[in-house]
Amino acid sequence: MSFLLECPRCGSRPVDEFAYFGEVTRRPKGSASLRELTEYVYFRDNVAGVQREWWQHRTGCGEWFLAERDTRTNEVLAIHLPQPERAQAGGAE
Amino acid sequence: MRLPPQPRERIDRSQRILFTFDGKVVGGYAGDTIGSALFAHGQRIFSRSFKYHRPRGLLCCSGHCPNCLMTVDGVPNVRVCVEPIRDGAVVEPQNVWGSLERDVLSITDKIGGPFTPVGFYYRTMIRPRRLWPVYEKVLRNLAGLGRLRKDGAGHTRYDVEHRRARVLVVGGGEAGRAAALAAAALGPDVVLVDETADLVGHELEGVEVLAPARALGIWEGGLVPVVAGSVLHRFRAERIVVAAGALDQPLVFPGNDLVGVMLPGGVRRLVRDFAIAPGSRAVVIAAGEEDLEIAGELREVGVAVPEVVDLTSTPARRIEAHGRKGRVAAVSVDGRKVDCDLVVASAGRQPAYSLLAQAGARVEYDESRGIFVPTNLPAGVEAVGSVTGEDCVTVDPVRTTKGAGGDKCFVCVCEDVTTKDIARAIDEGFDSIELAKRYTTVTMGPCQGKLCQLASIRLYAQATGVGEAAVGTTTARPPWAPVELGVLAGRHFEPARRTSVHFRHEEAGARMMWAGPWKRPYAYGERPEDEVRAVHDSLGVIDVSTLGKILVEGPEAADLLERLYPNRFGDLRPGRIRYGVLTSDAGRIMDDGTVARLADDLYYVTTTSTGADSVTAWFEWWNAVWGYDAEIVNVTGALAALNLAGPRAREALGRLVDDPDVVSAESFRYLDAKALVVAGVPCLALRIGFVGELGYELHFPSPAGEHVWDRLVAEGARPFGLEPQRVLRLEKGHIIVGQDTDSESNLLSAGMQWLPKMDKDDFVGKLALEHFAERPERERLVGFRMEEDVLPVEGAQIVVEGRPAGRVTSARRSEAVGGVIGLAWLPPDRAEEGTRFEVRVDRRLVGARVAHGPFYDPAGERMRA
Ligand SMILES: [Zn+2]
Repeated sequence: MSFLLECPRCGSRPVDEFAYFGEVTRRPKGSASLRELTEYVYFRDNVAGVQREWWQHRTGCGEWFLAERDTRTNEVLAIHLPQPERAQAGGAE
Repeated sequence: MRLPPQPRERIDRSQRILFTFDGKVVGGYAGDTIGSALFAHGQRIFSRSFKYHRPRGLLCCSGHCPNCLMTVDGVPNVRVCVEPIRDGAVVEPQNVWGSLERDVLSITDKIGGPFTPVGFYYRTMIRPRRLWPVYEKVLRNLAGLGRLRKDGAGHTRYDVEHRRARVLVVGGGEAGRAAALAAAALGPDVVLVDETADLVGHELEGVEVLAPARALGIWEGGLVPVVAGSVLHRFRAERIVVAAGALDQPLVFPGNDLVGVMLPGGVRRLVRDFAIAPGSRAVVIAAGEEDLEIAGELREVGVAVPEVVDLTSTPARRIEAHGRKGRVAAVSVDGRKVDCDLVVASAGRQPAYSLLAQAGARVEYDESRGIFVPTNLPAGVEAVGSVTGEDCVTVDPVRTTKGAGGDKCFVCVCEDVTTKDIARAIDEGFDSIELAKRYTTVTMGPCQGKLCQLASIRLYAQATGVGEAAVGTTTARPPWAPVELGVLAGRHFEPARRTSVHFRHEEAGARMMWAGPWKRPYAYGERPEDEVRAVHDSLGVIDVSTLGKILVEGPEAADLLERLYPNRFGDLRPGRIRYGVLTSDAGRIMDDGTVARLADDLYYVTTTSTGADSVTAWFEWWNAVWGYDAEIVNVTGALAALNLAGPRAREALGRLVDDPDVVSAESFRYLDAKALVVAGVPCLALRIGFVGELGYELHFPSPAGEHVWDRLVAEGARPFGLEPQRVLRLEKGHIIVGQDTDSESNLLSAGMQWLPKMDKDDFVGKLALEHFAERPERERLVGFRMEEDVLPVEGAQIVVEGRPAGRVTSARRSEAVGGVIGLAWLPPDRAEEGTRFEVRVDRRLVGARVAHGPFYDPAGERMRA
């Protein structure tokens, strides 16, 4: 992997400045059956195509953000700062 | 022997340069390569081949083929044909037993030797298995290229440079130079990379020339690593222009590897650049005008050329070279035998497309010109000149595979693969070119297919009856040019983190050890037990600046920590401390430390010494998901931390503060966090008991590290290191995350059922813990005492009724407890107090008994004193 990735704060940088934190997962709320828990903790879609994933500009500004990346070509189609759960919930109230 | 001055020669005849070859002094001129100087000196045999130890001479003279690999100043596998000459260089032949002229192992060429047929290793040497080490030793000595210096390669310093370029041009031929100049006319940051020294000293307006330098490949994001000497330039280019040119393709005929059989490009370089006549009587067998012109050029410098064969018009089928002592003496073309000492043989020129193919271009076969051409170039990558197929054409390189003389017919000179080997591989069923590559190793040698890819594809096409297009090419992989591993590794660094008190430890004679990225004192003398005793009986001090330290601040700091930790922190009163363990959503233990609430909206979190960065990132990530109004700041490096521990800790600390009453037992209780001024330095003091005695952990700005340390030592605190600390904590049964726990450990099995607050709405790991609670436990972490005074190693096997049942994670000899104590994972039904089991120690089984609770001061009276 040697592609360039855009940090929402710092702009385009070599990917080795960033930490990858895997695809965006769905965390069960309240309680979860063993199946749901296992699904969430251990299973990943691992798509050949566009994937939403977490990145951190680890050796740069430290920002956490989301990227939509084509896993086949490493083309990054979009990046954005996360919409925190509580901000969303707050908006709904 | 040099020709009269040539119009474009690169040598400077006024500057004589001397080096040694095989112990003898050889002279050349500035501008020479080691190879050209050796050739001018009369050397014709440059190496011995990989398998058969056949003599080999200059072939391509452009740094592509393996024929001139030598050891130069201790560095093996240097292509001397392109290695610039330098004063005092020590040049030695390699892969030779005896001398280049008389190599005893060339017998393998005559009688077959142990590794003649392809695939021989795979078929024969596998049995009997126990003999493989013997075979391997012999084979490694017989085969292989060059020898690594046993004393380490520390003589070269390698470096990496990160560079940007607007336009990076690879290849400094006519097309490459034109492209670079055109790009430079439009803007800055144009770099031209050329593998020869031809452009050294040439001015190209607005272009930075990097030569001799080799581009290794084209990666995504426009990354092009370029090796220039011992520096790896990692270029990021907006536009990459590949002008890699074309490669002369050898003809395949019996004796085609004899010394004196050369490619047109190599001959041209010797004559034009170095003013050397490569022979006295030459036969030219080539396709295409440019290559045939070599005949005229040779005649011009006085070489007789009795025979010129144009392969495009003459369908010469039978070519065979005849040698004498490994050197070409004559060549027959369709039965006509001509005496000669030089054969210029070429099947034409094939685009050097590999860099483009690596970048993602398709490679297609052009039937009419007999060449593979790159198409569908990826965005940002362009090709100019011969690499596009311009002026390239090849004829069938396979002329004859069996000569009257019975000599071998080489497809690949790097790996000594013959046409017979290829035929055999096809017979055995390796009928795709990718399989053939792996089985015969054709294209896998030092030239990386530059000289053998086309010929092997042609052979496959002919033998299998399908076209070249259907055979296809093997996948092009970096590196395009050979590279020293040292260049890829870069300069050797061993970064270490030192605390602000580091030099005090060294001055005190501490034995330093690695602890993650940190250097920490193991102990200050040969007797760590003395340091343990000092802490129990009197006073000790340990540098714990390596602990991770994180501030969590904001109106919702409490909510954030409540959700990050299984513990409760919302009800923690300001000025109080609580032990905390972090778990993942899989329920596994990740890190532990103390959490002090300094104010309603401010917490001070400590982590393990290796956890500071990962815990900070973990906090930040979860807060990116949740969005609590809290800031997370890693202050690990900014603060020093010293733990003052022992029965005399209170009185010592009392003497260093203005009013000793602030540290009295009543005003500074166990698990209190307090702002103090100690020896004039503002500190955050945490009263905790990791080592089991009355103790204060002082956190304060790093620059005051040595000052506070000195004052504590002056008060009688004996420095203690990590080893005594491990004994002390084990006496208390305190775990070390990562030592006593692993990636499978959870809070319930680690004996911390009391810690998670399952009535909280949510915390990281809660879902998993709910399920762990329902399932039967598989193992449990418990303390134990050995029945004898023997010390098991960490990881020692636990045996119950003759079967392995668990493992020891920590064990130490404790004077205070009187015996060997430890922690171990055991099956739950063996975890009851007093249960006996056995531990394997030095091939012996030694009895031990489960012992719950702290071994030392079980009621914790000493640390609460
Ligand atoms: Zn950034």
